[in-house]
Amino acid sequence: MNPSTNSVIEVQALTKRYDDVLAVDGLDFAAPAGATFGLLGGNGAGKTTTIAMLLGLLLPTSGSIRVLGHDMLRNRFAALARMNFSSPYISLPYRLTVRENLRVYGHLYSVRRADARISELAGELDLGALLDRPVGQLSAGQKTRVALAKALINRPELLLLDEPTASLDPDTGDLVRTWLERYRAETGCTILLASHNMAEVERLCSHVLMLKQGRVVDRGSPQDLLDRYGRDDLEEVFLDIARDRRSARGAALDQHAVPA
Amino acid sequence: MTGAPRRIWGMMYRHLALYRRSWPRLLELAYWPVLGMCIWGFTASYLAGRMGAGAAVAVSALLGGVLLWEVCLRSQMGMAISFLEELWSRNLGHVFVSPLRPWELVAALIGMSIIRMLGGVAPAVALAWALYAFNLFAMGPVLVLFFMNLMIMGWWVALGVVSLILRHGAGAEPLAWSVLFGLTPFSAVFYPIAVLPASVRPIALALPSAHVFEGMRGVLLDGVIQWQQMLWAFGLNLVWLGLATLLFAWQFHQARVRGALLSIGE
Repeated sequence: MNPSTNSVIEVQALTKRYDDVLAVDGLDFAAPAGATFGLLGGNGAGKTTTIAMLLGLLLPTSGSIRVLGHDMLRNRFAALARMNFSSPYISLPYRLTVRENLRVYGHLYSVRRADARISELAGELDLGALLDRPVGQLSAGQKTRVALAKALINRPELLLLDEPTASLDPDTGDLVRTWLERYRAETGCTILLASHNMAEVERLCSHVLMLKQGRVVDRGSPQDLLDRYGRDDLEEVFLDIARDRRSARGAALDQHAVPA
Repeated sequence: MTGAPRRIWGMMYRHLALYRRSWPRLLELAYWPVLGMCIWGFTASYLAGRMGAGAAVAVSALLGGVLLWEVCLRSQMGMAISFLEELWSRNLGHVFVSPLRPWELVAALIGMSIIRMLGGVAPAVALAWALYAFNLFAMGPVLVLFFMNLMIMGWWVALGVVSLILRHGAGAEPLAWSVLFGLTPFSAVFYPIAVLPASVRPIALALPSAHVFEGMRGVLLDGVIQWQQMLWAFGLNLVWLGLATLLFAWQFHQARVRGALLSIGE
């Protein structure tokens, strides 16, 4: 995919090396505005490393990153004010209440009428009864909704989500996915999603990037990938790629490959 | 409030919200300074009874030293512990992907350091006046310069500690409590620099605190403001603060190279 002027994320030749380990190897991609873009791959494929570099938390060894038109290596703060991030692996302070946590981020993102925004998000994400409870007392599902509220506090134009429904029950997971679909449709926000949940990716993503050992091994829409691998669902495509069972042209590479 | 001031306030609000609800946290602020004042106060009273004439001056130098050293200690701990609280709550990843600049984080930590220091030292100052008739403010306006120098020293030491935590992670945590105690013998808190062996005097002379305490004794024992000591203290603070800032900037950059900002609390 060639970078274009309406791309929200433009990544070129992005590489991250830790001593002898090549975590991300020459990544090129562009995420179009308003799309939900999936970053897929097994553990250690380079998804979290890529997201950390997009956020400016991690400096690449080489390559370039432009987010919302800003060079993230030179002027990341201009982009950071217009984007946000959520991950189940990064907490919010447990002893602060939900309202206090959201106020902190309301200040950090200079949100106008932050208390009104918090009330709005509490209504939309069903957090009203939780606002004055410490985050540490919430269930995993409740914490995920709070983390999502934090990620939406500044009405981001770009939302980066690292496994947004990990450890959620199917009901809460579906609620979160439905909410993300609605938010994107209403605001035109671009979403970059790293997930191991293939059903979620099929449902939400219009573009998918398949990573393996830090490299892009395939890309396209979920339907493109299903057609290319001759599979019925993305999970089988994921396994084909992860286990080198089948090439994109459909030729069986492994005797144990599950027939399409 | 917008921009940098609002972001700095946001980081301070994060800590102040906890104090608003937690009396043990408030109590903990003043606990050690008050305890220290009690122990040294009673010791000084006992010694004063045995020493007779001239004891009052020695007692005031001792209590002045105790209180002013707490200013430095609480400033340093207030800043380093505020940073550690972000690390313990595994919140740094969220903080560093917000528009908060590193210098704004440092400004918020300094703000919390001032609040924590005042919350700890003010009760001890009141106790010294109530129990031992020692009025710290009797030193006059120069006290402001003593406070400023000791607070700045606390900040650059804390910035050094934060830098080491960025480099070594949670393994460097104990430094937040211990590092300034290691500098106490060289800071000439309770005795003049001249008492120290000649071989360690250069260490003392390189520390702003030693000059502040020489200045304090000048005021309390001789009634003289030693401006030269103040100039040395400010000059040294400037140098050390500059070095600590460079160290912080370098370690922050290195943490971004290593990806430590994501995993530092683990």
